[in-house]
Amino acid sequence: MSTNLSKQDPTGDSQVGTTPEVTGTPSADTARRRIGSTLVRNGLLMLLAFVGIALLLETLSPFRVSQLGVMAYYLPAIAGLTVLTGLNGQISLGHGALMAVGGYTTAVLLERQEGLPFLLVLLISAVVAGVVGLVVGAAAARLHGPYLAGATLALAVGLPGLALKFDEFLGGDQGLRVSPPRAPDGIESFYESLMGDNLSGQRYLAYYGWIIALVVLLLLSNLVNSRYGRHWRAVRDDEVAAELAGIDLGRMRVQAFVVSAVCAGVGGSLLAVVTRLIAPTSVTIVLSFGLLTAIVIGGLGSLLGAVIGAAVLVFMQQIITDTGLDAGLDASQAANIAPLVYGVLLIVVMLAAPRGLVGTVRMAWSTRAAARRAGA
Amino acid sequence: MEKFLNITLSGLTVGFIYAAFALCLVLIFRATRLINFGQGAQAMFTTYIALELINRGASYWIGLLAALVSGFVIGGLVERFVVRPVETGPEINAVIVTLGVFIFFVALAAVVFGNTFESFPSAFSLTGLQVGGLDLALTRNELYNIAAVLIALVLLTLLFQFTSLGLRMRAAAFGQEVARLLGVRVGQMLTLGWALAGLFGSLAGILIAGGTLVSPNYMDGVVVFGFVAAVLGGLDSFIGAVVGGLVLGLTNSYVSGYAGQELITLGALAILIVVLLLKPGGLFASSVARRV
Amino acid sequence: MLEISDLVTAYGPVKALDGVSMTVPAGKITAVLGANGAGKTSLLRTVSGLVRSRSGQVRLEGRDITRAPVEEMVRLGMAHVPEGRGVIAELTVEENLRLGGLFRKDKDAVAQIEHTYELFPALGERRKRAAHTLSGGERQQLVVGRALLARPKVLLLDEPSLGLAPMVVNQIFGLVRDLVDRTGLAVLLVEQNAKSALSIADTGIVLSLGKVVATDDAKVLAADEQLRHAYLGF
Repeated sequence: MSTNLSKQDPTGDSQVGTTPEVTGTPSADTARRRIGSTLVRNGLLMLLAFVGIALLLETLSPFRVSQLGVMAYYLPAIAGLTVLTGLNGQISLGHGALMAVGGYTTAVLLERQEGLPFLLVLLISAVVAGVVGLVVGAAAARLHGPYLAGATLALAVGLPGLALKFDEFLGGDQGLRVSPPRAPDGIESFYESLMGDNLSGQRYLAYYGWIIALVVLLLLSNLVNSRYGRHWRAVRDDEVAAELAGIDLGRMRVQAFVVSAVCAGVGGSLLAVVTRLIAPTSVTIVLSFGLLTAIVIGGLGSLLGAVIGAAVLVFMQQIITDTGLDAGLDASQAANIAPLVYGVLLIVVMLAAPRGLVGTVRMAWSTRAAARRAGA
Repeated sequence: MEKFLNITLSGLTVGFIYAAFALCLVLIFRATRLINFGQGAQAMFTTYIALELINRGASYWIGLLAALVSGFVIGGLVERFVVRPVETGPEINAVIVTLGVFIFFVALAAVVFGNTFESFPSAFSLTGLQVGGLDLALTRNELYNIAAVLIALVLLTLLFQFTSLGLRMRAAAFGQEVARLLGVRVGQMLTLGWALAGLFGSLAGILIAGGTLVSPNYMDGVVVFGFVAAVLGGLDSFIGAVVGGLVLGLTNSYVSGYAGQELITLGALAILIVVLLLKPGGLFASSVARRV
Repeated sequence: MLEISDLVTAYGPVKALDGVSMTVPAGKITAVLGANGAGKTSLLRTVSGLVRSRSGQVRLEGRDITRAPVEEMVRLGMAHVPEGRGVIAELTVEENLRLGGLFRKDKDAVAQIEHTYELFPALGERRKRAAHTLSGGERQQLVVGRALLARPKVLLLDEPSLGLAPMVVNQIFGLVRDLVDRTGLAVLLVEQNAKSALSIADTGIVLSLGKVVATDDAKVLAADEQLRHAYLGF
């Protein structure tokens, strides 16, 4: 058995929307035009999504706003992970740790370097996470077999140890406090004039997080439809054919892993900023498994599924924990019901609907469409 | 110098336990070409079962027996009902499922048994032995650990090499289709393989727990160590798993002694990365042609 | 002994067997011949249960075994030596042989294995060696010996001559013929090498694209030049 998904393609295409796959080799002009139009189309979609988010952020309670903020930092990591797993067929158990790399880099930079612009810090954090991804990926992603899963598991279990060892630098058990970005005066006054109300710190953070998350989704979506995306899919679907076509399997796999690591780094940086803290407890192995559950529920390889998975993760977690508390469990027990549900979900979804939510719905649509076409 | 000797000694003794865990991973990998990432969590759960009995007055040995039996049963059940349906599909599905098992048992233990650290009794005394006036960093309990693993190893080898059941299991692992043609009930053999692995994993879990604190996450590191040890040995070889376990035990001990206990898992990751970059087939890359 | 009626096996939309019928009587060698892709291997794999048939029937001594699971076949008296021989490379010669006789009711397995070494001296010399160290001819001897240890009533042989020197092929074919004459074993022999197969077979059946195009006495088929040229390549 190989690590690819050739026996059961969990998803057709993987972008938000339904562009037909480019099968032949179009002329450079058509290709450029098509990519251009994809970019424009996805850009518009993101704009629309932003408007939708803004609506939600303006109308919902502060509690929901904070939840949306949490969803914003999960989203880039989940999106990167679903691209890695669904498109390239590799599995990572350590994306929580990669988020930690991003988060800790952000926290340390903000603490040690006064006045660095937040976006620069974000970028640096993403790059650092990418470098870690490169090291791990070059060793494990290149190879065929359970190696990447094991290596990323080792990363997930072992990384908190760094924080504990270098505790004066990395905050040890308590972690590092992070002072989040404040809205620039220009934006604050613009908001006030528009909404007639103060822009709360929390709401600003939610906007900040969501804009970044949507940009990441846009970039990923374009990457997925580009030559890289096609090559990654080729590696997943039929290694022999891909190799014969001149694709360097190992390199593609490492590339995909690094991209997903960078996304996780972005997510981690946002995590540090939105929760104002980064500590070993914010990035336990439960986080890595939660990310996995999210992509499985949403559907491996689907960016839309990533959004759904992130939402399920955030909102379900709260509902489940509350239900647990209501049922009389103590705080610690209630907090563990969610991971219990993740475990059950991972098993049940894989057994019953391996395509996840989005994949199963897509399959149903396309089967029905094909039947209609055949019947007509 | 004495520090070095003591660190080496303790590294070897814990290395045997890692070897036991690596063995159960190799057992499963040979049979089904899968890594059961949930193995550690299963073992942890059976350790808690043992702890419950011990806390209610049972002896250590009853607890051990309970852990081994429940490990065997859980291992078989997991293969039959959770892994079997995905064994033939894309590998990624099976990996995700074993991760589901991992997190399920960890969370279940936290809910049922509590999320705090509890102490687990040791089978024998934990005081260092004296050999000819020298204080050794070797305790009776550690000798027991080594003996337990060696006995289990011997029994496993006897089973596989000298019994008809062992022959059938090996046939099922090496040549599934041919084995079926020869009348071997391959499905049953796979379940049995996972059950035995579960038993081994539970043994490793109890041995590690002896004299220390357990928590729902206490086996997480061992899964990593067992995996790295198995990879060192080439994933396919029992001997390799044992050697890998000892090597890893030693390196863990050195890292812990000279760099800090918090860094042992990252140290194992570093070893994994180096091995995968230099010799992906493990130190004992086996070149037996599977095609006939 | 073995009755196959209207067997249909399909892989997706492709019919590997399209209504194949034949009888494999005891004490006779029935050779199934044809070009690559004719359906010969699919036939054996369907009969032994590795592949599920779409429709049709397989009867062993009158008993319907069409849906019997693969693992049962040995107990029912059918041994299948698959394409590629099916030696379990990591096990020793002796272990491979032991596997053959595991499910027999009578417990004189050890004596039977010694008898197999008399039949195949080369195996006797290498009994403790890992099976992957054997040559092609020795492997063929091993899997035939292993199949016979189950004391089957029907023996399915899939391209035993593949990759073997003519002398070795003759030796193995001679052995099978001798066994059939002495013990009444029924043999269903699938072969690419039609000439050699027809030289020891009693009946020849020619498959083409999943259908039976000729069934006749082996000597008659061998003499039919037109048929030979059309389907058998000689």
